[in-house]
Amino acid sequence: MASITAGQPEPQATRPARRSELQAERVRAARLFLLPMLVALTLVAAWPLFRTIYFSFTDTSLSNIGAGKWVGFDNYLSVRTLSSGKVITRGVLVDPAWWNAVWNTFRFAIISVSIETVLGLLVALVLNAEFKGRGLVRAAILIPWAIPTIVSAKLWAWLFNDQFGMVNDMLMSLGLIDHKIAWTADVSTAMYAVLIVDIWKTTPFMALLCLAGLQMIPRDMYEAAKIDGVHPIKVFFRVTLPLVKPALMVAVIFRLLDALRIFDLIYVLTPNSSATKTMSVISRENLIDFDKFAYGSAQSTLLFLIIALAVILYIWLGRVDLGGQKQ
Amino acid sequence: MAEIQLKDVRKSYGSVDVIKGVDLEIRDGEFMVFVGPSGCGKSTLLRLIAGLEDITSGDLLFDGKRVNDLAPSKRGIAMVFQSYALYPHMKVYDNMAFGMKLAKAGPDEIRRRVEKAAKMLHIDHLLDRLPKQLSGGQRQRVAIGRAIVRDPKVFLFDEPLSNLDAALRVATRLEIAKLHHEMKNVTMIYVTHDQVEAMTLADRICVLRDGLVMQVGTPSELYERPNSLFVAGFIGSPKMNFVNGQIAQGFNAHTIGIRSEHMVVDNADPVWRGKVVHAENLGSDNFLFVDIGSEEPVLVRQEGKTAIPWGAEIGVRPLIENLHRFDETGNPIR
Repeated sequence: MASITAGQPEPQATRPARRSELQAERVRAARLFLLPMLVALTLVAAWPLFRTIYFSFTDTSLSNIGAGKWVGFDNYLSVRTLSSGKVITRGVLVDPAWWNAVWNTFRFAIISVSIETVLGLLVALVLNAEFKGRGLVRAAILIPWAIPTIVSAKLWAWLFNDQFGMVNDMLMSLGLIDHKIAWTADVSTAMYAVLIVDIWKTTPFMALLCLAGLQMIPRDMYEAAKIDGVHPIKVFFRVTLPLVKPALMVAVIFRLLDALRIFDLIYVLTPNSSATKTMSVISRENLIDFDKFAYGSAQSTLLFLIIALAVILYIWLGRVDLGGQKQ
Repeated sequence: MAEIQLKDVRKSYGSVDVIKGVDLEIRDGEFMVFVGPSGCGKSTLLRLIAGLEDITSGDLLFDGKRVNDLAPSKRGIAMVFQSYALYPHMKVYDNMAFGMKLAKAGPDEIRRRVEKAAKMLHIDHLLDRLPKQLSGGQRQRVAIGRAIVRDPKVFLFDEPLSNLDAALRVATRLEIAKLHHEMKNVTMIYVTHDQVEAMTLADRICVLRDGLVMQVGTPSELYERPNSLFVAGFIGSPKMNFVNGQIAQGFNAHTIGIRSEHMVVDNADPVWRGKVVHAENLGSDNFLFVDIGSEEPVLVRQEGKTAIPWGAEIGVRPLIENLHRFDETGNPIR
């Protein structure tokens, strides 16, 4: 029955054959449409990624990229016992500078994304309410996000300048500090400076994503709550938050991916500060500045794995939470 | 127990007047239906009574007390929305209990009332489900149940059946009629654009048009004595036949109106003669479209089952005692 050729008159028998032909046609069309995207992704994402992973297993240097020899896992971890009996371990996995960068990255990502989520949701709630000039405010609030990161980093670098910066000037005249602080240079404040700028810059983006989620909630849900006399705060926690949660989860994933690979803001605002160096910054440093190309590649590979792991973990935890909510 | 009075109630959005001065009395325990074409302001009027919109001017009285500035939750109302407005993340039980939990009723009292309402609506086996696991009709019953649990004085329905398919609509309509019968003390206000719903459910109907009340009365009053051309055309299905021009002048009117069931096929003593241009057989009734020279063919409900072929020339006669006459402005001539 399966080998029925086209044109055979028996209707019951031709039907499945025709349907599968239709299916095949759809698959062919889908492949055709996907092809340009797949080619582009291969060229700009898959190939560089593959090369980076490959380099991390060699001793390639920047001066001659083609000349690298295979060294196995040495860039990650190599253990050597000297004739004196002393054991020397080297590699990214035992490099304190690397683990400092990992710590910095996660600290930055978790703090900035948490604050941005809360602030973004608050801003979105305000923008979702009806008031005069709402369109204007919606547009205005996006400005920090629309400014290129390099520009806003430079701008904030001036605001944070220890001698001439506005931040110090204002805090001094308010009497909140008694001496000028070198915000971006001081190890104890550099991370705060970076966090402040990132939160200033990215909260609008978060607000926009939250607003999209809020607008999906039907208005009559709120009206029903109003007739029931439910307190607005309770409405927020029992109705708004559960309903906006899926959109919020996606927004957090976007931001988390962004924050875990933060580079430009830190590179411009606090260059070469061990308090803010992140995984991206340190791998670029090794790749280019220190001419430890293979070592930098190993760090880039780890960066890729760590971000992938973090996102998988987040999605998995998010699902568990969603299931748990049903009780 | 609630008697509702509207005194010259107006509502405008900016410069647009939606409700243009409505005076209306809704009696205690009455089932009042607001009906009218879309955009007539019927839903807005309901939302004004609910307190979901502010009244621009005029007075809204519940049992003689002005409630214009009273919060919706303090008016003793419950509302059923067109789109059900169930909380999708809560189970049916929680949906029904949500408003009460916040009213600080004890847990036993809540369970008792939810279960009572659920039994009344035959949804007691669905209490553990989420709204998305229910059919449209079941969802609407949950929404009604949620309103019942609140034990309201006034029950508001905003086009509750318009998202249901035809068969469910009829079934749910019966449920609502039964509900009204069981909750005699509760005043019910029901908004619909469907005049069949209005006719079948209402104690009294309020016909609205362009933010004004056209007529208030029992279904049969509206059907038999419409006080305007608009009401005459809006109430009743199929629509009343209107005939203008010379034929109407013969009856000393600008327009005459006659319902299809008040026309008889009478070849012996006809008033009008014409060709059958179309016929619809609904099984129980046979409707003939007869071209008597008016703008549109008139609709005649045919008695008996004798088939009349298309194109046949027949004579028809209106029952004069059921003929409505209207002047140029659409007012009735009596």
